[in-house]
Amino acid sequence: MNSNVLQLMEQMKNEKINCSLMEVCGTHTMAIAKSGIRGILPDNIRLLTGPGCPVCVTSQADIDAAIELSCHPDVILVTFGDMMRVPGSKGSLQEARSQGADIRIVYSPLETLEIARENPRRQVVFLGIGFETTAPTVAATVQRADQLKLKNLSVYSVHKLVPPVLRAIFTDKTVQVDGLICPGHVSVVTGIYPFAELAVQFQKPMVITGFDPEDILQGIALLIGQLKSGEAKAELQYRRAVRPEGNPTARQLLTQVFEPVDALWRGLGAIPASGLNFNIHYRDYDARRRFQIEVGNETEIPGCSCGAVLSGKLEPDQCPLFGNACTPIQPVGPCMVSQEGACAATYRYQLLRR
Amino acid sequence: MCLGVPGQIIEIQPDLGAVADIDGNQVTISVALLPEVEIGDYVLIHAGFAMEIIDLQLAIETKQLLQELQELNK
Repeated sequence: MNSNVLQLMEQMKNEKINCSLMEVCGTHTMAIAKSGIRGILPDNIRLLTGPGCPVCVTSQADIDAAIELSCHPDVILVTFGDMMRVPGSKGSLQEARSQGADIRIVYSPLETLEIARENPRRQVVFLGIGFETTAPTVAATVQRADQLKLKNLSVYSVHKLVPPVLRAIFTDKTVQVDGLICPGHVSVVTGIYPFAELAVQFQKPMVITGFDPEDILQGIALLIGQLKSGEAKAELQYRRAVRPEGNPTARQLLTQVFEPVDALWRGLGAIPASGLNFNIHYRDYDARRRFQIEVGNETEIPGCSCGAVLSGKLEPDQCPLFGNACTPIQPVGPCMVSQEGACAATYRYQLLRR
Repeated sequence: MCLGVPGQIIEIQPDLGAVADIDGNQVTISVALLPEVEIGDYVLIHAGFAMEIIDLQLAIETKQLLQELQELNK
């Protein structure tokens, strides 16, 4: 750690402002845990992890529906690797695969096009997960499938939007959040304006922040600066990758293919217009329609506190299961499964935490 | 999940395809979300798509800004 950063820490300590700052991005969760930033921050500044890991916030009911779909003999389920070990009510996708389900892991949704072309007699379903960053890549893939007339491709969309969940968190009086480290790569698409609006509406300082330790420290320093002066606005620290207006091409694609729908978040419940599903022009690609999937009721994993962890109400190591009944090797809840989950990051780097 | 890796565009292909150099590996990506991209640009790549052009000058300035910020706080 260079001396500049240590000086910055010293200054923050002297500010004597007690505050809780939240990040809502799995990559920030990992970067903060890995860099040991919590350990060097003065005690008066707390860092909370919010609902920033798309795998973790996916409802149990949707995970169960996806696992059930993968067991259909005609179906090839295509997914990002993060989803494989997430426990459903009855096993995980990984267990379904070991019992014969055809599940393929991809890095890019575009690979789904190739799989659909190579398997014209099978139904290829992509498990569409992720926030504003990932949803346009899936929208672009579906548009391409439409151009190529790939009729055997569909998407089970559990895509979610960040601003509506922030509104839910800021409205919840049981969670104290004084400032927000805004997700850098979501902002690449959304730009600064949705955050600027929330900053004013809820009087919370916000900084769109990059992912290097220096970026995060600078983001925190900017938030402290706003708190000190009583301001509440959105600032842009991650200027090398985020334009204030975001990526208009990506946003246009989102509106061409998807429409906002009410969505269920683990631990936070139903939030209005917080998810994305296909609009009328692309609804033939909606796997829920194609397979007439009735998503079941939301169930909770007994003893698991992921819901409270995801909403910033509980620190991962305050969960009674943390580190004994629930570890990365034998995870109980999704926050311990996903590498970027709050619990997995805390477990992995716990020596750096205090 | 919203992980982004930097890469340099070394070839533009038909149908909004491109080849990017990511740490010495040549990877085929899509520029459907960033059609204005040009050969030589550094881009942020997420899930096989170029998401944004990375401004190298601003990357350098960010490092300098951290130092200036401290001067201000003194």
